[in-house]
Amino acid sequence: MSWIVGVGDTPCGRLEGESALSLMAKAAAASLENAGFERGEIDGLLCGYSGTMPHLMLSTVFAEYFGLKPRYAHAIQLGGATGGALTMLAGHLVAAGACERVLVVAGDNRLTGQGRDEAVKMLAQVGHHQYEVPFGPTIPAYYGLVASRYRHVHGGSDADFAEFAVLMRRHAGHHPGAHLRDPITVDDVLASRVIASPLKLLDCCPVSDGAAALVVSNKAEGRAPLRLAGSAQAHPHQHVSFARDLADFGLQGCAEAARRQAGVGIKEVDLLGIYDSFTITVAILLEETGFAPRGQAGALAREGVFGRDGPTPLNTHGGLLSFGHSGVAGGLCHLVEVFRQMAGEAGARQLTRRKTAFVHGDGGVLSSHVSLVLRAE
Amino acid sequence: MNEDRHFWEGCDEGELRYQLCTACGDVQFPPRPFCRHCGGRPRWAVSGARGCVYALTSVARAPSAEFAALAPYDILLVDLDEGFRMMAHGGAALGIGDRVRLTFRVLGGRSLPYFLKDH
Repeated sequence: MSWIVGVGDTPCGRLEGESALSLMAKAAAASLENAGFERGEIDGLLCGYSGTMPHLMLSTVFAEYFGLKPRYAHAIQLGGATGGALTMLAGHLVAAGACERVLVVAGDNRLTGQGRDEAVKMLAQVGHHQYEVPFGPTIPAYYGLVASRYRHVHGGSDADFAEFAVLMRRHAGHHPGAHLRDPITVDDVLASRVIASPLKLLDCCPVSDGAAALVVSNKAEGRAPLRLAGSAQAHPHQHVSFARDLADFGLQGCAEAARRQAGVGIKEVDLLGIYDSFTITVAILLEETGFAPRGQAGALAREGVFGRDGPTPLNTHGGLLSFGHSGVAGGLCHLVEVFRQMAGEAGARQLTRRKTAFVHGDGGVLSSHVSLVLRAE
Repeated sequence: MNEDRHFWEGCDEGELRYQLCTACGDVQFPPRPFCRHCGGRPRWAVSGARGCVYALTSVARAPSAEFAALAPYDILLVDLDEGFRMMAHGGAALGIGDRVRLTFRVLGGRSLPYFLKDH
């Protein structure tokens, strides 16, 4: 079995004077402190990638810099699904006996090190170099295409999507480290400028600096170990142009496999960490993983189902939409927040204690998926 | 790859090229040196250049200075009548489900597929 035994992060936003490595080191140090371990007690290292510091061997660059001598190390590149994939693999590594404690870490200084224009340009390159990029799409454009088809098949309005932007901003208001904390309304979202129709500025996550880390152990140690009870992946396509159906990505099986492995029914889930790069992203993922009927995610958000007082609070740190998007770390932050809520370490934003969390990450354009189920035992 | 060059040379010559497998008959886009289903040898065919809008977005925030000069511009996914889907540029006032016909627009020294409403 495997447990998350500690987490750490940095604030998210504009962090002057940092590098990807320095941010990763801060989050890693915080996670070791939280778990109560020294560097020498970590024997595995898994990391993501950095836009500002592309390197063939980022994991060992970080190991040398931070002062680790792991017996297992490498990086994973899976876009927004990387944080979930790193955590899933860390769980398998300790369960298989390859390592005792694996440090999972990611960080990037996209905003100060790269800037918005450069980040937008770099990210657009995940498209097909021959058959998409020549048409000048951006990541919002890929998701705009998805949103157009979703609307055509499932209905819903701009105001429905906007509910998630408003909710994430409200949640971020409770987190001192969040990038965007000023409250917004549905009207603010609707009045923001179009980026790629139907997506407007406030339907999109910001470009942020930040880092996150967690420690996965083969023992239920530390103050509040959280069991990695179930995990599954799905990789239905890479490019949006070649996805089978933009109104049904077929993710139900992935989510159900993770829940089945954990032995939990969907009704037992009382906390959600769902990837929310755009409002449409989180709406689709909630529906396909079983937490809202098709076309109804926005309406449920409006009713308060995903709020702090609802049955399944969603992204209580503010998600990518408002806590911020610092690359791979952005997706890892959902897990950091889930851990804190379940460990009773969420400070002023602590919910009543939660027992079962479902976390889902999405990389590319709904291309790569990781579902995780975590249990407080 | 040679397949990509052959596709884009087709655009320069005003035709939209796609592939059919000589073994299983599967329609394939983008082109590859093999059939993705059976591994057989694909042959080239030329599309009748008509299809249907599957999805669309109007891009206001461009990824580069080159595209910023064009913004806002419409990007479509089009289902061609032969049974393959592709990204393209599109004329204004299109909606999902609209019938479209292919033309080309030259951008950055390249002839890009550009679909207009088929009346």
